[in-house]
Amino acid sequence: MDRSQGRTGGIVTGGASASATFTGNRALQIEEPLIFEMGQAGRTGVDLPEPPKVEDRLNGLRRGGEIGLPGLSEPQVVQHFTRLSQKNYAIDMGVYPLGSCTMKHNPRVNEKVARLAGIGDLHPLQPVSTVQGALELIDRLAHWLKTLTGMPAVAMSPAAGAHGEMCGMMAIAAALEAKGERATRRTVLAPESAHGTNPATAAALGFTVKPIPANDKGRVDLDALKAALGPDVAAIMLTNPNTCGLFESEIIEISTAVHAAGAYFYCDGANFNAIVGRVRPGDLGVDCMHINLHKTFSTPHGGGGPGAGPVVLSQALAPYAPYPWIVKSGDVWTVAEDGATVDGQPLGRLKAFHGQMGMFTRALAYIMSHGADGLKQVAEDAVLSANYVMAALKDTMTPAFDGPCMHEALFDDSFLKDTGVSTLDFAKAMIDEGYHPMTMYFPLVVHGAMLIEPTESQAKEDLDQFIAALKSLAERAKSGTAAEAFKAAPLYSPRRRLDETLAARKPVLRWRPSNNPPGSDPMKQAAE
Amino acid sequence: MRYLPLTDADRREMLATIGAQSGGAKSVDELFRDVPQKARLGAKVAGLPDHLGELEVERAFQGFAAKNVSPATAPFFIGAGAYRHHVPATVDYMIQRGEFLTSYTPYQPEITQGTLQYLFEFQTQVTLLTGMEVANASMYDGSTGASEAVLMANRVTRRSKALLSGGLHPQYRRIIETTGHWQGFKAVSGKPDAEGLEDLIATVDKETSCVVVQNPSFFGHVRDFSTLAEACHAAGALLIVVVTEVVSLGLLKPPGEMGADIVVCEGQSIGNGLGFGGPYVGLFATRDKYMRQMPGRLVGETVDADGKRGFVLTLSTREQHIRREKATSNICTNAGLCALAFTVHLTLLGEAGFRRLAELNHAKASQLADRLAALPDVKLLNESFFNEFTVALPKPAAPVVEALATKRILAGVPVSRLLPGDNSVENLLLLAATETATEEGMGPLVAALKEVL
Repeated sequence: MDRSQGRTGGIVTGGASASATFTGNRALQIEEPLIFEMGQAGRTGVDLPEPPKVEDRLNGLRRGGEIGLPGLSEPQVVQHFTRLSQKNYAIDMGVYPLGSCTMKHNPRVNEKVARLAGIGDLHPLQPVSTVQGALELIDRLAHWLKTLTGMPAVAMSPAAGAHGEMCGMMAIAAALEAKGERATRRTVLAPESAHGTNPATAAALGFTVKPIPANDKGRVDLDALKAALGPDVAAIMLTNPNTCGLFESEIIEISTAVHAAGAYFYCDGANFNAIVGRVRPGDLGVDCMHINLHKTFSTPHGGGGPGAGPVVLSQALAPYAPYPWIVKSGDVWTVAEDGATVDGQPLGRLKAFHGQMGMFTRALAYIMSHGADGLKQVAEDAVLSANYVMAALKDTMTPAFDGPCMHEALFDDSFLKDTGVSTLDFAKAMIDEGYHPMTMYFPLVVHGAMLIEPTESQAKEDLDQFIAALKSLAERAKSGTAAEAFKAAPLYSPRRRLDETLAARKPVLRWRPSNNPPGSDPMKQAAE
Repeated sequence: MRYLPLTDADRREMLATIGAQSGGAKSVDELFRDVPQKARLGAKVAGLPDHLGELEVERAFQGFAAKNVSPATAPFFIGAGAYRHHVPATVDYMIQRGEFLTSYTPYQPEITQGTLQYLFEFQTQVTLLTGMEVANASMYDGSTGASEAVLMANRVTRRSKALLSGGLHPQYRRIIETTGHWQGFKAVSGKPDAEGLEDLIATVDKETSCVVVQNPSFFGHVRDFSTLAEACHAAGALLIVVVTEVVSLGLLKPPGEMGADIVVCEGQSIGNGLGFGGPYVGLFATRDKYMRQMPGRLVGETVDADGKRGFVLTLSTREQHIRREKATSNICTNAGLCALAFTVHLTLLGEAGFRRLAELNHAKASQLADRLAALPDVKLLNESFFNEFTVALPKPAAPVVEALATKRILAGVPVSRLLPGDNSVENLLLLAATETATEEGMGPLVAALKEVL
């Protein structure tokens, strides 16, 4: 597929904008004010009946004055948010190679089933006799998650990956407490390449985080790990495949050593999509692992949430799973809520109600659509695509480690050395080529890191075009004459580079009438 | 497989490219060679079915749905932290636009201004509703937001004792207690406050980091917390006000005008369906002076290289991906799309619509309360309420609710479900009436209740 639409693809130097239009708009790109700058008193987008007259029972606390909400009609609201939507890049538009985030296709039937009457409209506290199908649905997903990971139990309620981490690490703390070792085992080991959530979670629970070094192959240094293990260690937190896109080849030696030292193995399951259907984490000695349903099982990322982060648990940690537990007695499903007697000692509760049901529904639809055969193919295609990108770019860009990689290809910035072009500049130039950039500067262990995750969702011809675009950019950067053009990129996006320093130095986090004095036209200002 | 674009021919060609490289592979299996041999599954995972077509998938979910009672098909009066409201069709259409639905956290602001601008609008709406100065770009939900608020108060005050009102939603309380147990702060909970008479002022001391109250309370009472706020501030503590029914802010004096330091709301009522408990959207607002102690993502205004207004994620030095073990919270994902639903719905409502929606809720609940209170042996516990109230029945509420469910009436939440083992609440029933309540629903409820009691 030709994505250039006939453009020659050259970057305009100097950063000059195209000549101004009267409105400041550029064809399909419409400059859009804030809703607070559009509203008129007396306009509304809903028609509600006149409320019946009743006597206030508000304890004298009726709200006075204006709230300050703008009034817009329905067509204005539709136009406003449609125009905003057109300023976003999305998976629906093309390659979205954001490493570690797993931007795969979001099937629409998943949206449809999540909205069915009798699923999408259920109240979480309806009598359990009226929600038997919903409880069965959650249990069905739980069964898939347990079987795919080879783990005996799962806690379904965490709302996101980081929340799942919190749940898993609390379960480890609970197991230590039960053994009387909570006061002595205060250290959590985590590689320097770990997601930031790992040390943040461990520290929140009062653990001291001790980094473990990587070897020159981008994997945990087993000897250094063994040296760090001792009676003070509570757990290791390890992502596998790791954040460099590599499988920890000594994983079984690692888990054996961790267990021998009396510690637990927390696996960050953010990259489970690389191995789903082909490898069961339970076979690797994992004690608990969160699963980002919004990554591996394709619930939509929605501009940064909602997600869901169920945690699978080993036999040792299963008794500590938080409330609620969904259990079947005879033919009837019940919810064991706070205080209920269950076969364990629940660590407490992490979230109101029963977890992210809307995400469960979508994830189960994705899983059933693929089946055991399709999920294996998902992992294979994701890994194949990443290795293909890596192989094709190997001589133009600089892979951080020798292959093969798993589901993402990691490059460092040594191919940009002495060009005056940084990883950031390179990424911004990709925007002008019609792509969302890869993950930049993560993992921290690789200089100027560029982490590319194509996922299984891209056709080969689209990957080929993407590879060709990156090659072209890399060669242009290396020509040594294009640094200024790279620094000016992007030129064609709805906004050019934004001043993040200004935003942080003088934070403006809300609209106020005084932001724009009466009579001023913010859009006109913007266009000037 | 309809979601997988690679053909066998593609796969062979790609392997050929990979295989030609040093360190290459001749088969997909070889790409997995770093996985220990004994953990590599030769075949697909056993015991699970194979893929299904779209038609079969839909049928399976219709099967699940058929085993539930949809609130649309029964008189419905359940609240207790999640409320059934009408959501305009525009909201659901808008959040299903792929540009919003299938985009990620706006790390590249040049091509995610759509997400960033609506989050800025969301933050502004939240400050207006709550009467506060600054708000974040959402939390997972109200319950987890309440727990984050306590952690924030502990950071601000450098103290570690939270006082939890007996009017706080029992599950919210349990979450804060759980967080306290594992993260090392003390959570002292008041007795369930069914009558709405609790006075916490005397319990606030120099070790208190915060007092957490809910308005309207879990039992429905509407209270003024201005005096409590003053007592908190005099002791160097913060007042956290939780609102589980955000529509109430269309009619009630906002927590910001009562002197609250942090306000957490469950935003589900605006734009988001019941969805069996999630995903929902947490609103989190505070004073400017505590801005840098907030958890979660923040969107700020700035300018681009051409001087045009634009928006970016900002103050990220609070966050885990920069600060790691020193972060204010481990939160990464928020509730972006649910925040969009909230913003679109609230924009449709506007000042006039939002206020009228709140009036309607209050009026419907008043009508229901009067009719129930007229039943012999049913006692209304609330002098004040918004759209939810508590009644005392002459016998345990749980079997009554079950009996009504068999008549396909979803009558409310027996308080004992959320406070098991507490005999004092056994006969209490919590009921909510929103704008969706009708005479066709209230009539059968009252008649059936009369019959069962």
